[in-house]
Amino acid sequence: MLALPLAGALAMLVPANRFLRTDFAVRAFGTAVSAATLLVAVSALTAFDFGATSRVQLEIDRAWAPAIGLRFHLGVDGISLPLVALTALLTFLCFLYTLRHPPEGGRTRLLTALLLVLEIGMLGTFVALDLVLFFVFFETVLVPMYAVIMLWGGPGRRAAAAKFILYTLLGSGLLLAGMLLVGAQAGTLDMTALAGRHGSGLPHGIQITAFALMGIGLAVKAPMWPLHTWLPDAHTEAPTVGSVLLAGVLLKMGTYGLVRVALPLAPDGARFWAPWLGLLAVIGIVYGALACLAQRDLKRMIAYSSVGHMGFVLLGIATLTPVGINAALFGNIAHGLITGLLFFLAGSVKERWGTGDMDAIGGGMLGTSPRLASILTFASVASLGLPGLAGFWGEVLALAGAYRPHADLPRETFVTFMAVAALGAVLTAAYFLRMLARLTHGPSSPRSGPVAAVSPQEYAAWVPLIALTLLVGLWPKTLLDVTTGPVRALFGGG
Amino acid sequence: MIWLAALVVLPPFLAAFAGMLSGPSLTRLVRGLPGGGPGVIACVPVAVSLVLSAIVAFAVWRDPGERTGTLTLVDTGSVPIRVGLQVDGLSAVTGLMVCCVALAVQVYSVAYMKDDRRYSSYAAFISLFTSAMLLVVYAGDLLVLYVGWEVMGICSYFLIGHRWEERANSRAAVKAFLVTRLGDAGFLIGVIVLGVGAGTFEIGGVLRAVGGLPGGAVTAAALLLLAGVAGKSAQFPLHTWLPDAMAGPTPISALIHAATMVAAGVYVVARLYGVFLAAPAALAVLGLIAVISMVGAACAALAQDDLKRVLAYSTISQLAVMAAGLAVGAKSAAIFHLLTHGAFKALLFLAAGCVIAVAGSTMLAQYGGLRRGMPITFWSMTIGLAALAGVPPLSGWFSKDSIIEAAQHAALHGGESAVIPPAAPTSAGYAQCKFDSSLVCTPIHDDSTLGTLPPVHLEISYNAPAMDLPAGIAWLVYLGLLVTVALTAAYAMRTWLMMFFGEPRGSYEARDPSRLMSWTVAALAVPAAILGFFGLGASELRPHLGASLLSVLLVALGAGAAFLVWNRDPALDPARALGPVRPAFARAFFVDELYAVAIVRPVQALARYVVTFDRDRVDAAVVGTARAAGRLGGLLRVLQNGNLQTYLTGLLAGVVVIVAGVVIFL
Repeated sequence: MLALPLAGALAMLVPANRFLRTDFAVRAFGTAVSAATLLVAVSALTAFDFGATSRVQLEIDRAWAPAIGLRFHLGVDGISLPLVALTALLTFLCFLYTLRHPPEGGRTRLLTALLLVLEIGMLGTFVALDLVLFFVFFETVLVPMYAVIMLWGGPGRRAAAAKFILYTLLGSGLLLAGMLLVGAQAGTLDMTALAGRHGSGLPHGIQITAFALMGIGLAVKAPMWPLHTWLPDAHTEAPTVGSVLLAGVLLKMGTYGLVRVALPLAPDGARFWAPWLGLLAVIGIVYGALACLAQRDLKRMIAYSSVGHMGFVLLGIATLTPVGINAALFGNIAHGLITGLLFFLAGSVKERWGTGDMDAIGGGMLGTSPRLASILTFASVASLGLPGLAGFWGEVLALAGAYRPHADLPRETFVTFMAVAALGAVLTAAYFLRMLARLTHGPSSPRSGPVAAVSPQEYAAWVPLIALTLLVGLWPKTLLDVTTGPVRALFGGG
Repeated sequence: MIWLAALVVLPPFLAAFAGMLSGPSLTRLVRGLPGGGPGVIACVPVAVSLVLSAIVAFAVWRDPGERTGTLTLVDTGSVPIRVGLQVDGLSAVTGLMVCCVALAVQVYSVAYMKDDRRYSSYAAFISLFTSAMLLVVYAGDLLVLYVGWEVMGICSYFLIGHRWEERANSRAAVKAFLVTRLGDAGFLIGVIVLGVGAGTFEIGGVLRAVGGLPGGAVTAAALLLLAGVAGKSAQFPLHTWLPDAMAGPTPISALIHAATMVAAGVYVVARLYGVFLAAPAALAVLGLIAVISMVGAACAALAQDDLKRVLAYSTISQLAVMAAGLAVGAKSAAIFHLLTHGAFKALLFLAAGCVIAVAGSTMLAQYGGLRRGMPITFWSMTIGLAALAGVPPLSGWFSKDSIIEAAQHAALHGGESAVIPPAAPTSAGYAQCKFDSSLVCTPIHDDSTLGTLPPVHLEISYNAPAMDLPAGIAWLVYLGLLVTVALTAAYAMRTWLMMFFGEPRGSYEARDPSRLMSWTVAALAVPAAILGFFGLGASELRPHLGASLLSVLLVALGAGAAFLVWNRDPALDPARALGPVRPAFARAFFVDELYAVAIVRPVQALARYVVTFDRDRVDAAVVGTARAAGRLGGLLRVLQNGNLQTYLTGLLAGVVVIVAGVVIFL
């Protein structure tokens, strides 16, 4: 019953030292471990009491460093549970994909170990309930990801990896400063205790400063315009599994942190900064969409689309309403599923055509490899926010939140944001359709020979994502019922 | 009842998935049937839906009134989403029409697309599309309606782009989706404004709450909804996608671009009529849009060389006629026209498909003298064109006439709408309305909505602002309608003559196509001919002497003019009489070119600029910071170069300074 993901995380520390002869055995072992973790996550899902989603469940709370009041406090509630499940699922699918399609560059053992450490960090971030512990897990993620980009990346990997780690470390520094500021003032580092106070006992000025520090730190990760430039480089250079995890999970850590840490700890600060956050979010939506419209590289385009989608998530958070936060959490999961799928597909395209450049790939993919093209079409349509698929609900709820934001926020400003964001959604449709028209439509390029069919491992990695996109899109209740309770509790309501 | 409605929506939806995944593999099981596995998967579910929707319509006819049902309630943190359906006269009869047309199209497609490799996915998308349209029709909640609304848009994208090998088709598909999506963005905001304002997304609840909302919000919401309506129903200024959408296979044009999807816009206005009545400004805008669209599109239709584009522009024009009906308060007349138009336009497109299949071309100049070779198509098309032009006693004449009558009334009586007593519904489930000469002004409501409301709400709705279209707009609508009648007759006559009369101009053998196709067309000719008589059951849909005489006269005028020009030289296109304005008509007044210059290119330029900006400014700032940090580090490194002498010198210098300081200050 107790913090089961932790057991999975501990199990994952082993393989780095384990002796396994062939590369394939190592990959199979990694797959097995991540499958076990996924099982643990699923059993956590079943053990979770959906009647009381706002209560922290499956807790583990030990003294860690009593001298400075640190506690090893883990647990999940309705906000973190879906993300935990998403992380476990995506990691498992990445391993499954690697079984057949290992990234070029060898050293499989190291890759497996790094990915498992990455998983520990990601899971830990979502279950940590102590500020310092949160930060530790948050940082754990950076180094493996740096190494993954550095060792298995594309031609420009050195610069991309350096930019990634320096940029995010800078953000982390600010985040730590903000969290310690709150912790020192409030006298505790326990997130549940701090959230329960709803900011009482913290002076107004401290809250504003703390929120700004934490906000910038997390916004680098999210990423929010104009702090996004590490993202396209990192995505373009990273190997497929790296991009999938980067987009599917790492970006969520930023927005999750905003909801979990920054909002409840410094509510006054949040109210002060919310219009700015909303402004930058909306700029991100339109800017990301326009940048996509003129991209030539497939992976780079998907990376910029993340900037736009996370803009919707940030806009939801900026409204400071239950519906807005719900939108953000929904958008997180939807983006994880859809963009994860898109990066898998981009990886497969790159593997088959040897390039991500859309002009070089040419058109007619529906003719040369109809299944790959159909799935690409599905993922794009889901990503542009078609109702009935996962992407839609996050966007529409964010817009609904922006129409009537928190009572202390300027309504006119947010209504303007809503209108601009809606136009951004049109532009989103524009660039995805442009991409589809260039790649899948038109006459097949003459030079391309027969293209490899979609392998079983690829299907295995994609089908769960497709199925979940459909499920969450057709029946949004599954997710909203889980998140609504804790979100209301966040605002001190019932 | 609601479960029955849900069951109407479901079969095509499931069929879409089944067809997408396993259509071709089923072919072995049903060997011998036309169309194979995909054909069966496509046709049977729609037939089931048709039967069920007929039962629904029958039940509503026997026991009128509004029925709503909620499947589940989704809590979003503020306004909940009610996943529910709603059945009343309006939705029952529209649903029936959708199922009929969809079945006709599916059956027709089996023959029309029989050599197509991708028939399976094509049929699956039609199924998905049908189910989305039925969802729009039966939706009881605005967001559920929006789901169906957008899914239709994407299906339309896939179907227009069915033959994606050609770049032109791909471009048409993208354009169709983007233009409608632009309108839909407005529509979605309108839905949110209404829903959040009313505290519910349920359609009934929204209509009840409209009276209590601030006028500005209602007007804004109604105008935003109109953006979506203009997009879907292809009204000015978002009409440009429809003529290009003719790139899709012809049965798709029949289904989407004639009978169903484009009708969704008009249907939604009728559905949310209470909102528009509370926002007279929006109704005035609707009237204005309608006039521009109907006259402009009719002019454009007069000069097209392509048969399908003629029909496309006529669709825009006829939808504008419905919108005009809604603008002057004749809701049931507009819906009546929606139904008759669905019948005769589906007929026209499918018959056109027969001609195209035989002639292998869509150009009018390639036809001629077809009446001898393909009699079934000829007679069906004749009925369809006559109904389009409004020749009595075909269906189009009845419905158009009742709209003209309402517009005339609105124009003559200072823009005030007719009085509608909340009387019992009639056989077809329409609101029963009377045009009364007394000038008492009350808002028009769907009587079935009123029937279930408690008395308090009834009173509120009567206190709602009465509809008062500005007299100028009413006159404009009236005159626009009359001009359109004449123009419609002219282009219908021109098309008819160029296709079926004169000398054959092509090198093909004219004969009726396969039985499956020609019989479907013949079957559709029946409702196109007689649907009008059903209107006789409702007093306001009956023909009126003055208006009918006038419109018949105008039809004769338009058709006669076209005939006279053609008769001078049957080998030439009568459109030559247009003279210098012909290019402008043929290019539809250069709206496309204008948009390309004013919107498309600036956005593309902006996108390119953003990429440069991102690289040269935002990212350069980041990299520059890193470089600056590196240089700063380099500066500091100068001091720590490992040279012992330098360190010692520094140390000594420091000691000297400290000693000097101590000496001086102490």
